[in-house]
Amino acid sequence: MNLSGANIDFTLLLPEISLAICGFAILLLGVTKRGKDFGFGLGLFGLIAALAFTVQQWGTLETGFFGMVTKDGFSSLYNIIFLLAGIISLLIAQTYLRAKKIDKPEYYALVLFSILGMMVMASSYDLIIIFIGLEIMSIPLYVLAGFHRFNPKSNEAGIKYFIIGAFASGFLLYGIALVYGAGATTDLRLIAANYHSMAQQAPLLLYAGVALILIGFGFKVGAVPFHMWAPDVYQGAPTPVTAFFSVGPKAAGFAALMRILDFGFDSMDEIQSVLWILAVLTMAVGNILALFQDNIKRMLAYSSIAHAGYILVALTVGGEGAVASGLYYLLGYTFFNLGAFAILTILDTRDGTDSRFSELTGMASRHPFLATLLAIFMFSLAGFPPTAGFFGKLYIFSGAVEGGFIWLAIIGVMTSFVSVYYYLRVVVACFFTKADHPFQQVAMNPYLALALIITAVGALGLGLFPSSWIDLSRQAFASFL
Amino acid sequence: MDYFFVALFVGMAFALVGGGLAISYLVAPNRPNKVKSQPYECGEHTVGPSWVHFNVGYYLFALLFLVFDVEAAFLYPWALVFREFGLIALFEVGIFIVILLFALVYAWKKGVLEWV
Repeated sequence: MNLSGANIDFTLLLPEISLAICGFAILLLGVTKRGKDFGFGLGLFGLIAALAFTVQQWGTLETGFFGMVTKDGFSSLYNIIFLLAGIISLLIAQTYLRAKKIDKPEYYALVLFSILGMMVMASSYDLIIIFIGLEIMSIPLYVLAGFHRFNPKSNEAGIKYFIIGAFASGFLLYGIALVYGAGATTDLRLIAANYHSMAQQAPLLLYAGVALILIGFGFKVGAVPFHMWAPDVYQGAPTPVTAFFSVGPKAAGFAALMRILDFGFDSMDEIQSVLWILAVLTMAVGNILALFQDNIKRMLAYSSIAHAGYILVALTVGGEGAVASGLYYLLGYTFFNLGAFAILTILDTRDGTDSRFSELTGMASRHPFLATLLAIFMFSLAGFPPTAGFFGKLYIFSGAVEGGFIWLAIIGVMTSFVSVYYYLRVVVACFFTKADHPFQQVAMNPYLALALIITAVGALGLGLFPSSWIDLSRQAFASFL
Repeated sequence: MDYFFVALFVGMAFALVGGGLAISYLVAPNRPNKVKSQPYECGEHTVGPSWVHFNVGYYLFALLFLVFDVEAAFLYPWALVFREFGLIALFEVGIFIVILLFALVYAWKKGVLEWV
């Protein structure tokens, strides 16, 4: 075999390697007598080191390991999203885990391994590597969902997520196999180059393969009609894990979908009408079912389904502008959704809470600052200016109008009007509902405060300077569009 | 591509199983009694219901077995191409085995190898 074109360059993988090393260090230190307390610190160190290496890689375009690993602007921006999500969810996790007496070092190692998988997913043009990345990401997530071992709901979430996840992986793998059958390659670059001859020779295999791949990722990103696992898993999993779920795997699924659909199968026009239906269903079902929830975690689960719908709109339209706006939206969503979940985690840290709407009453008078932040995140989720949520939706829907998808834009705007109701319900419960019992004090610490500052600055900063961020997202796409 | 032999193979597989079942259905005498209808447990009398909890220890041993199984499965193809790849292959498989070793050390320290 000829090794000259292999480019086996381990510096390409420095972000991933730093995560892996820290993850193993946490596990191995965790079984010693004194090493149990290093989990949080080492985890944070690993994530920050990986973030530093990723930022350093910004702007490069390099492939290595026989073309299996590609580091470009796209992978860098996605990796930054994953790492930010990891850092924020780690910051809010420790207090919660300690309060629930499940603060084990394995938690931090699992989060690190899961992010490692997401980064692998975003950094390859090869379907096999994308699949391996998906599995590295998913398996720790199954364990994390059931991390609250003595809570039956958490166990249910873990098992449910595992079964649905394994099912989705099966679909995805079968789809990859059929695509391989059509073109004798799993490399998206070759697929994109030879698309027309493949479509002529084996159209059935190709269409069935792409459909199965779409179903597999549909489960992962929580698109309707593959969403039914999300509310139960989100509600049952420990709250900081739910926070991580709602951003990390979703962003990773979209990273893979963007590479596969907007690069590999860009010439397949029929995919647009399928995505159109998926986007409309996802936005409508997510937003409407969110109206009827009594549990905030469940409500946010449906809301995260709806947000996946908005990003599917960007995918449907396709092209540099639309997909860049989808990426901008994902970045904003990382901040404001994690911010909302950070506050929810702080509230859930108290004993005897079940994240119900009624538990919010009286929060504004007891913790005015926290309640204001929660309101900001809710306004951002609903899409009020000047937050990141507003500009994200503006870019996505105006991109849809420009691309000729006027009805898609109209349906999107209408469903997002519906969403205002349930987001404002949270604000109303905090500020305007009379409390029949005093609000139970919550405990703050520097880590929680830091997480709130990062998310609030991100949600507002992305909204105040949208054009510079959208340019950044466009740059990220220049590498393959 | 010739799928004829595949189809033939599949057909024979079905015919063999179906034929066997059909012949025994037609030929075998059917005289059930109480002892015959019991589930077969190596000739022993069955004790209790079959919905029992297995010792979770078996499961952990199965997981640990997987560590070595995966290692062996990967080392064979690696050995086949080792000559062509040279030192870099040794290095890479070293990383792989060290990672598996971490798993073993972790499990060992957690007390998985002790039967309780």
